[in-house]
Amino acid sequence: MSSATESKLFRPDVPRLDGIGDLLAYALALEVEATERYAELAELMATHNNRDVAESFRKMARVEQLHVDEIRKRIEQSRLTDLPTAHFRWVGLTSGPESTDPADLHYLMTPRQALELALINEKRAHQYYDTIATSTTDPEIKALAAEFAEEEKEHVALVEAWMEKYPEADEDWDRDDDPPVLQD
Amino acid sequence: MSQTAEAAAPVTLTPNDYKSNIKPIWCPGCGDYSVLLEITKALAALALRPENVAIVSGIGCSSRFPAYSNCYGFHGVHGRALPVATGLKIARPDLTVLCTGGDGDGFSIGGNHFLHACRRNVDLTYIVMDNQVYGMTKGQASPTTDPDWDHVLMPGGTGTRAFQPLVIALASGANFVARAFSGDPAMTTDIIIEAIRHPGFSFVQILSPCVTFRPDQREWRNFVRQAPVPETNDPSRAARRIMSDDGFNLGILYRGDRPPYRISRKAEFEEVTAIGKEFLV
Amino acid sequence: MKTLSIAVVGSGGAGALTTGNLLLEAAARLGCYGIQTRSVGPQIRGGEAAAMVRLSDEPIDCISDRFDIMLAMDWNNVHRFAPEILLDENSLIIGDPAEGEVPPALTRSNPQRREVAIGALAKQVRKGRANMIALGVIAEVIGLPDAAVIAVLEKQLGKKGEEALLSSLDAITAGRAAAAGIEPRRLPVNGSAGTAKWIITGNHAAGLGAIRGGIKFVAAYPITPATEVLEWISKALSRTGGTLVQAEDELASINMILGASFGGQPSLTATSGPGLSLMVESLGLAVSAEVPIVVIDVMRGGPSTGIPTIAEQSDLNIAVYGLHGDAPHLVLAPNSVTDCVATTQWSVFLAEALQTPAVVLSDQYLGQARCIIDAPQTLPLRGERLLATDAGGERYQRYAVTESGVSPMAIPGLPGCQHTADGLEHNPIGTPSSTAADHQTQLDKRQRKLTQFDFGDRWADIEGDGELAIITWGSVTGAVREALGRLRAEGGGGIRLVSIRLLTPVQPERFAGALAGVKRVLLIEQSHSAQFRHFLAAHYRLPEDIEILNRAGPLLFRAGEVYDRIKSWSGV
Repeated sequence: MSSATESKLFRPDVPRLDGIGDLLAYALALEVEATERYAELAELMATHNNRDVAESFRKMARVEQLHVDEIRKRIEQSRLTDLPTAHFRWVGLTSGPESTDPADLHYLMTPRQALELALINEKRAHQYYDTIATSTTDPEIKALAAEFAEEEKEHVALVEAWMEKYPEADEDWDRDDDPPVLQD
Repeated sequence: MSQTAEAAAPVTLTPNDYKSNIKPIWCPGCGDYSVLLEITKALAALALRPENVAIVSGIGCSSRFPAYSNCYGFHGVHGRALPVATGLKIARPDLTVLCTGGDGDGFSIGGNHFLHACRRNVDLTYIVMDNQVYGMTKGQASPTTDPDWDHVLMPGGTGTRAFQPLVIALASGANFVARAFSGDPAMTTDIIIEAIRHPGFSFVQILSPCVTFRPDQREWRNFVRQAPVPETNDPSRAARRIMSDDGFNLGILYRGDRPPYRISRKAEFEEVTAIGKEFLV
Repeated sequence: MKTLSIAVVGSGGAGALTTGNLLLEAAARLGCYGIQTRSVGPQIRGGEAAAMVRLSDEPIDCISDRFDIMLAMDWNNVHRFAPEILLDENSLIIGDPAEGEVPPALTRSNPQRREVAIGALAKQVRKGRANMIALGVIAEVIGLPDAAVIAVLEKQLGKKGEEALLSSLDAITAGRAAAAGIEPRRLPVNGSAGTAKWIITGNHAAGLGAIRGGIKFVAAYPITPATEVLEWISKALSRTGGTLVQAEDELASINMILGASFGGQPSLTATSGPGLSLMVESLGLAVSAEVPIVVIDVMRGGPSTGIPTIAEQSDLNIAVYGLHGDAPHLVLAPNSVTDCVATTQWSVFLAEALQTPAVVLSDQYLGQARCIIDAPQTLPLRGERLLATDAGGERYQRYAVTESGVSPMAIPGLPGCQHTADGLEHNPIGTPSSTAADHQTQLDKRQRKLTQFDFGDRWADIEGDGELAIITWGSVTGAVREALGRLRAEGGGGIRLVSIRLLTPVQPERFAGALAGVKRVLLIEQSHSAQFRHFLAAHYRLPEDIEILNRAGPLLFRAGEVYDRIKSWSGV
C-alpha cells in the first residue's frame, strides 16, 4: 500500500512565493486539507466498524487542527489581508503534501498501518517546508518555513513513537471469511 | 508547486457545503470517495449554490452519489439516469445538472441513453466512475471489463471486447470528452470544473478503482499519465488519439463547439383557455 | 334518436377518408352529432380504406349497428370490411359499374343497389377526383346543402388554391346530378342546428385535457395509436410555455418526465401497450420517489405487438398490477371521446395533488375516432402540488409522515431543502433505509395518500336505477349507454349503468352505494380473459347473479348487440 504512495506521490516541487502571505496561505491550505482528510477517513473507517483505525485518524486530525489554529493565529497577528483563497493546485502531487490518499485505505487495516500512512504525510510535509526554506532568498519566508519544517519533524517523531505502541500487522491482517454483501 | 488564484469572485462556499451528513457505504480504498471530494471541490470552485445543482443517478455503487451530496438529488432506477437528467435540464435550464454513475449503469443497461445523450447534446455533465466491474452485485464483468477477466458468472472471461466509452461518446456527438483518475484530485477537479463550464453534453470517465473486486486496480496510479498532447477541438484528431491510447491517458481529450440542445420555450405564451379553439367547427 | 350511417370505401389513393372527413364536418355545420371511424388495409400507402361516418341528432359515442349507405369507388379488397360495415335490406350500396361486380360478402343481406359511373364522371371534370364525385353523390342523397359543403371545402382545400376548390366543386355538382334519381336518406338534424359543435378525436381531447390540467413537459416516443396525442400536444405546449422532447425509447420518455416533474413541472407521456410494458419499472419509481407523472395508454390489441390499429381493453391488468412491490397509484379511464378531456385533466390534477403516477387508459377507438360533440365543459381542475416553502428551521423531510400522507415537496432551487428523491426505500428525510419500521411507515403513507383522498362523484358515471345493473368501463360505455337509451325509449327501465372512471384506488363504499338494491349484474368489457370482471371480483362485493359479455378486439361492441343481450338477460 504505502510503497506505491511514496514512489508515486512524493515529488515536492519548489513553489514560487511572493511573500510571507503566500507561504501562510499555502501552509493553511495544506494543514486544513490534512485535517479534513483525517477527519473524513476517521468517519469512513468508523462506518466500516474499524474503531481503532478511526481513533488513530481522529487523533491525527486533532494534531493537524492544532497546526491550523496556529497558522490562523499567525495570519491574524500579521494583519495580512487578501491572502490567496482560491483553489490550490499541488504540482507533482495529487493531494496536499500532508494528505492521505483515500485509495490507500483498507477496511481491515491496523492502527499501525494507518500510522504508517500518517508518517508518510508528516515526512512529506517536512520535506515540503524544508525545500522552501533552503531554496528561498527571502529571509522572512526562510525563517517561517524552517520553523514549520521543524514542527513537522516533531510530528514525524511523534507518529513514530505512536507506531511503536502497535505491533506489526499479521500476515493475514486482511482476512475476511465472509463474502462481500450484495446491495442494490 | 504553483497555485492559481483564478476565481476572481470571492469564494464563500467550501467543498463541505456540498456534502451531506450521510456516510457513504463505499469500501475504504474505493476511488469513489475521492470523486466525491473532487466533485464537491469543483462545485465550490465554481461557487454554485447547492440548491441550484441537481445530481442524478441510476443504480450501482457510484450511483449512491446523490445522497452523499448536499445538492438536490435523484436516485432512480438502473440505467436511466441520463433520461432523468435530460428531462430535468430541459424543464429547468437554470439548474446545473450532473449525472453520476458507473460503467454497468451507463454503458450496459443504459447504453442506448448514453448514445442519445451524446447526440442530443443537452447541457449536462456526465461523470462515470469506471471500475470495470459490477461492484454492487459482487463483481461480475461489466462492458468495460477486459474479455479474459475471470469470474464465476463467465469463467475464463466474457470473451467480449471491452466497450470504449470515450470513442463512443466522441462518435455519438458528445461536446466534451475527458478521462480522469480518482487518485489525482487536482487534475480531476480541474477537469470537472471545465466539464461543467462547457456548454452541451460533457462526458468525463473517471478511472475509479474497485479495491474489493478488482484489487489489481490499486496499480492504476502507477499507470496513469497526463495525455502527452494537448486537448483538441478536431474530432478526427481526438478519435485517433482516443482509439490508439491504452486507456490511461488523462486529461481533456476533446472539447467541441457544437451548439447545445436548443430548449425552445416562449417567454410569452397564451393562456390555456386559448387552446382548443381549432376544434370548433 | 335518429341516425344515419355512411361508409365510403376506396383503394389506391382514392381518398375515401378525406370524403368521410368532409362529410362529418359539413354535417357538424348543420348541427348534427356524429362519429367517424376508419378501417384500413395494412399498406402504408395505396391500401384499401373505409371511412365510416355515423350522424345523429343526439350525442353518440358508439359505432353503427348497420349502415344506411355504402359508397364504393372500387371493390379492391372491400370484402375485408364486411364484418364492420353491416348491411341489410334497407341499406343502399352505390358502386361504379366500371369496377365490376359487388363482392358477394356485401350482397348476402340483400341490400338495395344503385350504380353511378364515379370514375368516368371524375374524368369529365378538369382535375376531377373520384372522392369528390362521391361526396357530391352522398350530399345529394342525404340532403346536405351546398353551403355546408362549400364551407368545409374552402377550409380544407383553401391552401391548395382556387383551382383545386373549383375542380372539387365541379366534381360535387357532377356527383349530385348523377345521384338525382336515388331515393333520399335524410340527415338527422335536430333543433340545435346552428349551435357550435366541436370535431375532435379522443387523442386530441386527451391532449387538451392535459394542457387544461397544467401539463408543461412531455417526452414523446411515437407508437400507434397514441402518436396523435404527442403530435398535437407538441404544438399546444409551444403555445402555452411548455416543452416537448422526443425520446430515444419509452424507457427514456418516462424517465425524462420523472426528471422534469422532479424539477417542478407537471409532466406527461403517451404510449400504448408495448410502451407501457417498458415503463412499468419507472412507474414504480414514481410511486416510491413520490414524483407525480401522467402516462396515457391508448390501448390496442395485445399481447406483444398484437394488433396496433384496433382497440382492446386488455391493458387493465398491467396498468393496475404491473408494478412490482406494493405500489399504490392512480388508474383512470375516460368513457367517451368528450370525457377524454375531463378525465385526462382530472388525472393531472390527481397526480399532482397526490404526488404519484396516474395511468390513463384510453383506447384506439376513443383515441382515433373523430367525434362531433358539444364544446367540452371547462373544469376548475388544475394540477397543484403541495410545495415546501422552507424547512422552517428544521431538517427538511421530503417524505415527512403526514396525516394525509402527502408531504410538502421541495423543488430544486429552493435553499435549505435539498434532498434526494429515491427509489430505494427511505426514511422521512429521504435517506436510504431497509428497516422494517421505515418500510412500513412509508408504505402506509403512500397508501394513505390514496385511501384518504376524497375523489367525489367523478369516480364513476351512475345512471338510472333498479335491481339490474350493467357495470362497464372505458370506451364500451358508449355502446351500453346507447342500448339502455333505446330500451328506455321503448319503456323498458329499471336498469342501472355503472361506468367506472377511477379504477384505482378502488372505492368500495361508493361502489356499494352505487349497487345498493341491485340483485343482478351484467358486466361488459372488451377483453378476451375478462380482466375487468376479475378486477371487480378481487376488489368489490358483487351480487351472486353475474353475467358477463366480453370479447377481444378488433370487433367493437355496437349498441344493437348490447341491446339484444340486455334484453335477453333482463327479460325487459
